[in-house]
Order: sequence, then structure tokens, then C-alpha cells
Amino acid sequence: MKFLSDKALERLRTGADEPDLLGTRYRLLERVARGGMGVVYAAEDQKLERRVALKVLDVPGTDGDLANRLIREARVLARLEHPGIVPVHDVGTLADGRVFYTMKFVEGQRLDKFIATVESLHDRLRLFSRVCDAAAFAHARGVLHRDLKPANIMVGPFGEVLVMDWGLAKILHGEVAESAAPADHEVTIYEKPKKPNDGNSDTTSSVITGHGTVMGTPGYMSPEQARGEIEALDARSDIFSLGALLRFILTQRTPSGLNPHLDRSLEAICAKACAEQPGSRYSTVQEFGLDISRYLDGQAVGALRESILDKFGRFYRRYRFFILLILAYLVMRVLLVLFLKR
Amino acid sequence: MNKILLGLLLGALLGAIDGGTAWFTPAVRAQIAGIVVGSSLKGLIAGVAAGIFARKVNSVPLGILFGLAVGCVLAFLVAYMQHGYYFEIILPGSIVGMIVGFATQRFGAPSTTAAAAR
Repeated sequence: MKFLSDKALERLRTGADEPDLLGTRYRLLERVARGGMGVVYAAEDQKLERRVALKVLDVPGTDGDLANRLIREARVLARLEHPGIVPVHDVGTLADGRVFYTMKFVEGQRLDKFIATVESLHDRLRLFSRVCDAAAFAHARGVLHRDLKPANIMVGPFGEVLVMDWGLAKILHGEVAESAAPADHEVTIYEKPKKPNDGNSDTTSSVITGHGTVMGTPGYMSPEQARGEIEALDARSDIFSLGALLRFILTQRTPSGLNPHLDRSLEAICAKACAEQPGSRYSTVQEFGLDISRYLDGQAVGALRESILDKFGRFYRRYRFFILLILAYLVMRVLLVLFLKR
Repeated sequence: MNKILLGLLLGALLGAIDGGTAWFTPAVRAQIAGIVVGSSLKGLIAGVAAGIFARKVNSVPLGILFGLAVGCVLAFLVAYMQHGYYFEIILPGSIVGMIVGFATQRFGAPSTTAAAAR
């Protein structure tokens, strides 16, 4: 009796899992990643002759919870037309009954990989600001992401930042909610959030409930989200995730092995965004982003009550060049006076 | 802060410091106030000129040269009117011009029209 080799078995399993794209305009190219609900493939849109990302459910059927979630994710994305949010192109059902949608194929690196290549603190903060812009836009449209983390952010080859994986998005209010699937009610998560950089936390995998529904990532989800208080979630829950993301961005080591210097203002911003109580956090992402902009401009941040020394230090950092220039000029002038006196 | 305002402020400040050092020369200590005002004015004019130049020409070496030239000419005029102290007035005045020439090239926001044209 002859057995199949492990390799051959694996090939058969992969082949069986591959979506059947017959009858669609897409041609399968390769598997890219696995998400909470399904698999993302690279595919070719044969009509438009372009590469797209095709997200397809693991299980067939269009009326199940997962199918509803995937369709809802596509609808949410379709409403969020923003340079920082990956655009959706198409949604449908495959011949094998699995729901899929296609979106822009983003070539680039995930933020958790990319960030180590960014040496400058200011560049890291600018990158983060672009994530804030996308999140602020979504909030303005009544959509919470609920799974903001480095693995869900892509940085393109031209530095463009795209927020991905809106599978956990919650629609907050207004006319958007009418056409969307019902909000999640079934999920309760008791895992206590960990700090993103405590060495033990998994920064890439999301928590999956017994129903197989992704609800957040420890270390990045807010305490109220971790407690399963779904109805209580608002923009401040995403602000917590953004705060954890900011801390991750700021504390990742550079290729030279050094941690970027994290001063008191940035510490205060992270602490305010990640406050245990939602009421102690920034109330909007714009407010959060404004504090980052203030920091980048060398201004006082709202999260920190400055002492005189802090103010002096900030003034010095902001005008260091001119202060040193004037001091150098003064020294030169004094030397000249002493020289002429001799 | 735009380049002209930057040149104006830095030129005036360095000019005032420049004039203030006249206090170390006992012979002119009595006229210190006039010297400080005059020197500030000189620095201010050099700074504004360097700022305008920086808006038109985007080159650090040319900016430094332009600042040096303006500072030197203005300082020479002042020294000529003083009938003396050529070295004491022209050397620091020229250095002030160089510094504001450099600073206006490296720092300060370009004019909106220049930025749009780029």
C-alpha cells in the first residue's frame, strides 16, 4: 500500500481550499494572508487587467453570520472613501457558495514590519497621524474599526498608509446603520488587555470567540471592548487602540538597535489615549491627532501640564538652532572685543 | 514664520547684540543707546534683504554670500559715517549678514506663490 507524502497532502488540501473563481471576472494568483473570517488571495481582474485582493470566506453560504459579516465589511468599506482606507471594488458569491469581496491590492509592508525601518521619531509620528486621519474619517461616518493594530495597517511603497481589515467594524448611528447587518450581541471576552510591548503579548493575532468571530486583539482593544460591553463602545474605544498603536510605533527598536527617545509629552499622550476610563481619554481622534501635531510643531500638548523646566526644554528644542547660533555669535563677539583690547 | 519676518527678527536681535558690545569700548560707551539702535536697524535691514533674497533664490551658498555683501556694505556705510572703527564695525556687521543669509535660506516658510510654483 502506497501512502501520499506530506507535501502531496498539503498540496491537495490547499487546492481544495482554493476558491472556485469560475464565472467571475477574476483569476486566482496566489494566497496572501489568512484573516479571522477567511483567506485573502491575490487575483487578477481580467476585465480591467489589474491585480486585486480577493477576500473569501472559509465556509459556503450567504445567510450565515460570517457571510453577513463579510458582506457588511464590504459595505462599510464602500462607504469609507478615503486615501487612508483600502477601497473595495466588488462583492459577490462564488460558484462554490462562498461570499467574497475584492479590494485594492496593496503592495507594501505591514506596519509592524515597516516601522523598524523608520529611524526618525518625527517620521514615525507623521505616519501615525495618517492612521489617525483615516480613523477620524471613519468615525465621522459613524464607523468604529475595533481592531486597530500594527498588523492591520499597510504602508505602501510611496509611504501611503492604509487601514485594513474592517471585519470587526461597528456602525454607530445614523442612516448607515439601516442597511447594515445587526451589531454584534453574542460576544463576551474576558481576557484582560496586556500592554503591547510587554514581550508576552501577541501583536498580530486577534481574539476569536467560540462562534469563530474575531472581536479584537489583546493589548490593542480597550478595556470596555475586552469586557464585551459592545453597546458602550464609541470612538474612545478606537482611541485606546490608537494609543496602544502609538506606543508600539514609538517603542519599536530601530535597525541600529536603539529605542527612539520617548519624552514626557509623548508618554503623556500615550497615557491619556490608553486611560482605563473612556472619560479620561481624548474624546475624538481629531483631538488626539491635534496633540500629535502640536508635539511635531514643538508646541505644548494638551495631555501634559508643563512645569517651567518642561517649557524651557521645549523652547530650547524648538529653537535650538537659533539659540546655538546666537550663542556662537555672542562668543565670537566677546572674543573679538578681547582681541581688539589687547 | 516667513523668511522675511525671520530675517527681520534675527537681524535685529543680532544687530542689538552687536551694538551692545560697544559697551566694552570705553571711548564710545556714552553713545551706547544710539549705537544699539543703529546697529539693530542695520541688522534689521540686512535681515529683511536676506529674507527677500531667500524667497527669490533657493541656495544656501548664495544666501550666505548675499548676506555677507549686504552686511558688509551697510557696516561700511556706518563706519564711514563714524570716520573710524572700520574693522570693529565691518567685521561683526558682515558676520551678522552671513548668519541671517544662512538662516533665511535654511529656515522660515517660503512664500505661498513660490511654494505653489514648485
